[in-house]
Amino acid sequence: MTSTEPAITPELVASHGLKPDEYERVLKLIGREPSFTELGIFSAMWNEHCSYKSSKLWLKTLPVTGPKVIQGPGENAGVVDIGDGDAVVFKMESHNHPSFIEPYQGAATGVGGILRDVFTMGARPVAALNALRFGDPEHPRTRHLVSGVVSGVGGYGNSFGVPTVGGLVGFHTRYDGNILVNAMAVGLAKADAIFYAKATGVGLPVVYLGSKTGRDGIHGATMASAEFDEGSEEKRPTVQVGDPFAEKLLLEACLELMASGAVVAIQDMGAAGLTCSAVEMGAKGDLGIRLDLENVPTREEGMTAYEMMLSESQERMLMVLHPEKEAVARAIFVKWGLDFAVVGHTTDDLRFKVYLNGELKADLPIKELGDEAPEYDRPWVETPKAQAVAAANVQTQADSREALLTLIGSAELSSRRWVWEQYDHIILGETVQKPGGDSAVIRVDGGPKGLALTADVTPRYCEADPFEGGKQAVAEAWRNLTAVGATPLAVTDNLNFGNPEKPEIMGQLVGCIKGIGEACRALDFPVVSGNVSLYNETQGRAILPTPTIGAVGVLADVAKSATIAFKREGEAIILIGDTKGWLGRSCWLWLVAGREEGAPPPVDLASEKRNGDFVRSMIAAGVTTAVHDVSDGGLLVAVAEMALAGRIGARLDPPHSGTAHGWFFGEDQARYVVSVPESQAGTVVDAASDAGIIALRIGVTGGERLIPGDEAPILLSELREAHEGWFPRYMAGPAVDAA
Amino acid sequence: MKSAVILFPGSNRERDVANALRRAGGAVEIVWHGESELPTGTDLVVLPGGFSYGDYLRCGAIAARSPVMDAVRAHAERGGKVLGICNGFQILVESGLLPGILTRNRDLRFICREQHLKVERADTAFTKGYAAGQVIEVCVAHGEGNYFADPETVARLEGDGRVAFRYCDADGSVGGLSNRNGSINDIAGIYSENLNVLGMMPHPENLVDAAVGGTDGAALFSGLAKAA
Repeated sequence: MTSTEPAITPELVASHGLKPDEYERVLKLIGREPSFTELGIFSAMWNEHCSYKSSKLWLKTLPVTGPKVIQGPGENAGVVDIGDGDAVVFKMESHNHPSFIEPYQGAATGVGGILRDVFTMGARPVAALNALRFGDPEHPRTRHLVSGVVSGVGGYGNSFGVPTVGGLVGFHTRYDGNILVNAMAVGLAKADAIFYAKATGVGLPVVYLGSKTGRDGIHGATMASAEFDEGSEEKRPTVQVGDPFAEKLLLEACLELMASGAVVAIQDMGAAGLTCSAVEMGAKGDLGIRLDLENVPTREEGMTAYEMMLSESQERMLMVLHPEKEAVARAIFVKWGLDFAVVGHTTDDLRFKVYLNGELKADLPIKELGDEAPEYDRPWVETPKAQAVAAANVQTQADSREALLTLIGSAELSSRRWVWEQYDHIILGETVQKPGGDSAVIRVDGGPKGLALTADVTPRYCEADPFEGGKQAVAEAWRNLTAVGATPLAVTDNLNFGNPEKPEIMGQLVGCIKGIGEACRALDFPVVSGNVSLYNETQGRAILPTPTIGAVGVLADVAKSATIAFKREGEAIILIGDTKGWLGRSCWLWLVAGREEGAPPPVDLASEKRNGDFVRSMIAAGVTTAVHDVSDGGLLVAVAEMALAGRIGARLDPPHSGTAHGWFFGEDQARYVVSVPESQAGTVVDAASDAGIIALRIGVTGGERLIPGDEAPILLSELREAHEGWFPRYMAGPAVDAA
Repeated sequence: MKSAVILFPGSNRERDVANALRRAGGAVEIVWHGESELPTGTDLVVLPGGFSYGDYLRCGAIAARSPVMDAVRAHAERGGKVLGICNGFQILVESGLLPGILTRNRDLRFICREQHLKVERADTAFTKGYAAGQVIEVCVAHGEGNYFADPETVARLEGDGRVAFRYCDADGSVGGLSNRNGSINDIAGIYSENLNVLGMMPHPENLVDAAVGGTDGAALFSGLAKAA
């Protein structure tokens, strides 16, 4: 594109992702035909990714407040009070579309973007997590994507210097054409030193900081708001390139600048870059913004206003500064070798005016750009309820031994060591519980206080019943925090779905949000930040509905946190919670019986709360020696993981009720397995009974085998081989790169 | 003991090592790489872990040419102690203070995990807190820790007792699967000729606290503190 801007045609409008009625809305709003630059700005502000136009109506129904919430959704990240003047700042965000097209850079810039969201608020990032979903392991492209995404996540986080302490990896053929990369960052700040995007004061300098602007990532957010088709490979140029080194410098420079008192408002340049950040700072502060683009540091010559406004080059920040501190601010950035340029100023006319070499390129009403974005009440249909699956009606040849070895050595449940060993999870020296447990635990500034962190969702449940699946994602996150002894605080949600213009997909989104809302209300677990990723479809085939829940809890003393590892031989194993042998949508039904069907386990939130509070109190009292929540794979998988982690076997009772496969592999919710010294077993069971909780003594730790009732025993060494073997074997397999 | 921890753009374990030194009773000053002099009275210079200059070009290559490195070299020539950990080790070999090179890990992946090391000798300023032959558990976190040198250099290092640590398993068996990055002779760390410069890939500074993984790294720092 040269200096002459192209004429606005219906085709040009359509290629900007604006529907005819949306373009009508533009014409009505500004009373004339937009310039090319203005059309670009509208496409950036009004796409699904930035405007939440399909989901906003439903997101409003989520509980977002609470006594400890300092900042809920709407800023770069959520902020929650953790006592002693400290605050935790966190958010999860997707980078799905770019990661499919270019896995290393897509994943790396996903991590970079979410880290920036956290330190923009004035917090130093202290932990990262991620939730990754790939296609069928046998799909020719999967191995290449796993390899690229994992090294991209590690490459960025390791260099930046934040420990990647947890997350999840899943495989399912429904992600063959659309993988998910959801990255979460967690930071710490002082509760009275949080920075916001809202600008105040007229005539103040708008300052550009960080890396230079190039032509990369133009229309990235628009790409992320459409389905993939056969030509999606050609979208590689819209994927940005990450520079973790620049981001590390930007972090240090920003924190130093914030401490200097120079910052009025700050906004990172993420999706839709300069456009979104400038509009947001002005609109939130009821101010206009004037930009003079010739002052923007650029990597390339001859960039147009359109390109500069839509570039998604990484590692950039926009700030409004106190004018008298400009020299101090500039010196800090020069020291760190970063660009610092005054690119505009705040005005009182509520207009967003963009000039290039004195020529006016855009003149738009700043508040309406965001406020008047389309908002849809899209038609939706409820997902039909599936029938429950009775354990007695599904039989296989596999005994418990064979089923356990299958499950624990499967793509779904095998050890993720191959993945997390590529992430630096110990840097900063505060990692108390590394990946592999229920939640990661990190200390806050040397302790004793700590944070528990987890990311969870069970997409196969959400597919069968979005409402119960949404509830379950929240309940499992809450349970995982509880299982290390933490008090759950708040969540961030990353809602990944297909095309919302299809009523059945919209029904999944609505159902999941309703379920998340219900669970968050019941468990006092507000949603403080989040992100929505729609159009995860390729040639009409959507992903499984995947509302990933990232959750944070607080521990008064990390020394008291519980782990999943059995500690001593001869201890009692107690199962807490009710076991009905629910096999619908279980891993056993899917991976052992080969059937993906049935209703998922219902989530009784009152039981979740009661059982969880009980377990947490036992951990606090120092009664338990090991604690694990029961989730994917059921009871026997949970006990096997505890045995493997502790290198101590277990002898379990035969089923106390129902069939062996229902008892050992059912995925009933609100359950935990704990080990306690023999002398305490009776007391624990009695205390549970007094609280109206089912607690059964189901076995004893010891030996080098896991013995499921009267069935054949399994050597821990066999279990370990199966559990640890799958991932390295798979990744060492034939590398087939889909060209 | 007074330590100067050099901060290069892209260093990211400077706080970790400063914390380990302070726990051992040392005084620590963080020194910006653009300085041309070390603080007066510096006993120990530490080049911390990280990705100085993003590891662009070659790991440690650009940092090795930082202004402060002339002062570090002069400090080492005077017999002053220098400790380079991970990226710091890479900087030491790039700046010529230690021989050899560090290349990409054998399996071409970044590795972060617990790692046992065998302490080769306990009579240097860095290892007096250990016993010769002792097996300690620390951790590694690197993508380019595969130590290599030509045969004459390796023979000289071995002959002069300049291998500081070797990768081993929990029982002290050196090499095999416990050498995950492919380093020649299972070398995890080496000394300079005068034993006053130590470069090592593993991170003792992340194992100084029982609540966070273990304390096997602490003796390196307490030994240094006592030596000064």
